[in-house]
Amino acid sequence: MSDAPLLRIEGLTKHFHLPGGRVVHAVEDVNLAIDRGHIVGLVGESGSGKTTVGRTLLRLTEPTAGRMIFDGTDVFALSARDMRVWRRRLQIIFQDPYSSLDPRLTIAAIIDEALDTRGLPKGRARRDRIAELLELVGLAADHATRYPHQFSGGQRQRIGIARALAVEPDFIVADEPVSALDVSVQAQVLNLLEDLRRRLNLTMLFISHDLSVVEYACDEIVVMYLGRIMEKGPSRALRADPLHPYTKALLASAPQPDPTRVRTHVPLAGDIPSPISPPSGCVFRTRCPIAIAACATRIPPTRDLGGGRSVACLRVGEGADHPPFEMEAHA
Amino acid sequence: MSAAAPATMPTSGGEIDGLAEGVVLAVTDLETHFPSRRGVAKAVDGVTFTLPRGRTVAVVGESGSGKSVTSLSIMGLIAPPGHVAGGRILHRDRKGVVRDLAKLSNAGFRHIRGPEIAMIFQEPMTSLNPLMRVGDQIGEMIALHERISRRALRARVIELLQLVEIPEPETRIDAYPHQMSGGMRQRVMIAMALACRPNLLIADEPTTALDVTIQAQILALLRRLQADLGMSVLFITHNLGVVAEIAHEVVVMYAGRVVEQAPVGDLFARPSHPYTRALLASTPNIARDIDAEGRRRPLAAIPGAVPPITALPPGCAFAPRCAHVLDACREGRPGLVAIAPDHVTRCIRRDLP
Ligand SMILES: Nc1ncnc2c1ncn2[C@@H]1O[C@H](COP(=O)(O)OP(=O)(O)OP(=O)(O)O)[C@@H](O)[C@H]1O
Ligand SMILES: Nc1ncnc2c1ncn2[C@@H]1O[C@H](COP(=O)(O)OP(=O)(O)OP(=O)(O)O)[C@@H](O)[C@H]1O
Ligand code: SF4
Ligand code: SF4
Ligand SMILES: [Mg+2]
Ligand SMILES: [Mg+2]
Repeated sequence: MSDAPLLRIEGLTKHFHLPGGRVVHAVEDVNLAIDRGHIVGLVGESGSGKTTVGRTLLRLTEPTAGRMIFDGTDVFALSARDMRVWRRRLQIIFQDPYSSLDPRLTIAAIIDEALDTRGLPKGRARRDRIAELLELVGLAADHATRYPHQFSGGQRQRIGIARALAVEPDFIVADEPVSALDVSVQAQVLNLLEDLRRRLNLTMLFISHDLSVVEYACDEIVVMYLGRIMEKGPSRALRADPLHPYTKALLASAPQPDPTRVRTHVPLAGDIPSPISPPSGCVFRTRCPIAIAACATRIPPTRDLGGGRSVACLRVGEGADHPPFEMEAHA
Repeated sequence: MSAAAPATMPTSGGEIDGLAEGVVLAVTDLETHFPSRRGVAKAVDGVTFTLPRGRTVAVVGESGSGKSVTSLSIMGLIAPPGHVAGGRILHRDRKGVVRDLAKLSNAGFRHIRGPEIAMIFQEPMTSLNPLMRVGDQIGEMIALHERISRRALRARVIELLQLVEIPEPETRIDAYPHQMSGGMRQRVMIAMALACRPNLLIADEPTTALDVTIQAQILALLRRLQADLGMSVLFITHNLGVVAEIAHEVVVMYAGRVVEQAPVGDLFARPSHPYTRALLASTPNIARDIDAEGRRRPLAAIPGAVPPITALPPGCAFAPRCAHVLDACREGRPGLVAIAPDHVTRCIRRDLP
């Protein structure tokens, strides 16, 4: 673990402007630091702003406000020209291995395109590098001459990973990288990512809606709701002792492969509200089982709890124990 | 064939005996084929399972294993040139009449689909009409099967919306699908399926597209409806966690075949088939896969990928990926063997620990 984080995001905000003057508050004042060699998981319900965070970090979507200090540089302040040089240091792996690869290109050509930005001369060295990359992700060098449709979903995701690694990025955003895969194949790709992280000291933001995948794959977990961070902390601590009512509900909602567990309560009622008119105060208050009057008027400040943990809830740490989250009983 | 006769006439064709008491549906050696210029795709190629009355049976399997084709075959909804090429689908209706749905005509199915068996389809947006108010869509289902006044119909729809726990049903009845969240739309789909009070509900991945929080809500709803209405449910999913939450019994499919059926407790405690075991082992489980120092153990991934159904290996379809494969596995196709009174498996090895 290094002293200074590889990247630090401060006050990241993204508003999308819709026709008619309406504004989507997709991301609101997100602060986050990621250490080199760490995989940070980003979880939250659909529409909570996970993809938008990932895309703005790569400036695939321009942020509305905020800074990202990456290795000492404010990336959001870079000119379009400087950004082009920077882009190769930041890569993204997409959810859908089917649509993210150009069907008309061979695997060699797909990776070759990525290597262009690296300035590696064409010829022998490139061919060797392509073979090396394919091997790195568990494919064979002779796969290079084939087309995407000749591969299975898991293999295509490996190709997407090889493409992202081709330029030796410092940081990778993986947006639901295993969500489209079957469990047996998902396990192969998770093993590959862990193996690569160890060998290449990769730093990654891992976006997923599957908590068991995030708990397994990530060192830290960030929980988002309606554009804001509710809680973050090391995976194990967060799982063992979730503090924010939303984190508790998410963990309790995840189905467990254990039929002796009998669920007696639904952890969270209702739906996530529209980000066009998010609730005042704490955005979670309309579904929060322990909300109080103050939650409607005050935006909960993020409190640093030490040990890498922080939480944004007015009622956490107020002393009194909250109504227990009785969610299950054992048969 | 006289299957067009009303279902109330126990003498009409397509009826047979041989369905054990207390069983609503028994599928035996079902084969569903899709011919094409490049050959026949055997999407379902040996599906055998039983659904006891008033129970929930989950069908679990990876993408392409034939789960949806199995349920569409039961509903008689396989579009030509696809067809049921073999096997039996014995169904007992609410009057006790047993029919082989594999041989039922389209006209015969008119009395089955809706009042006897209803289905929630995998793609919710393709089964809801975006231009029609949700209440009208539910009402249409009812009006298809009974004569009812407009006022009574509206009352029935509101009752159904209440049943699926949609808040403010008197207002929501007039909403369009796009005005609802994914969870609310899924509740509407369930209301539509329940409109004619079926005694068998087939739910094809009804929670796969939903967030875990909403999934927990829908699973709780389906559990309650199943118990309150005494329905039998065939629940299709690829998620073993969901299986553990909803099912009484589990059917595991691989490459168009059923490889194991067992009560849910047995399946998780004593999985028998190597594929079932491998599937359980490859699902991340923090207690098992992360050691005391917080280090990850590699997941027990299954090597390779599911073979395309047009190129299945001879013998056991799982053989190319199986850690316990023997030469004999590649020769003959293993049959389903009972290893306990209500636990069957399709594997030749009886000697695995
Ligand atoms: N280009 C856009 N224009 C307008 N609104 C957008 C745009 N992109 C995203 N949004 C909105 O911003 C919010 C956050 O979306 P985002 O895709 O980041 O969520 P997410 O957490 O990744 O969700 P999911 O789990 O469904 O992928 C949503 O309400 C979404 O509809
Ligand atoms: N109309 C069709 N024509 C030809 N092949 C088909 C047709 N419908 C399904 N198949 C094939 O049959 C096989 C089984 O498909 P099915 O949809 O039943 O899988 P599934 O288990 O429901 O998968 P998923 O989990 O992805 O929904 C697949 O290989 C599929 O490509
Ligand atoms: S601040 Fe209030 S509404 Fe928000 S999570 Fe805490 S208790 Fe609930
Ligand atoms: S029959 Fe053979 S190959 Fe098939 S699952 Fe059993 S041991 Fe494995
Ligand atoms: Mg997203
Ligand atoms: Mg399906």
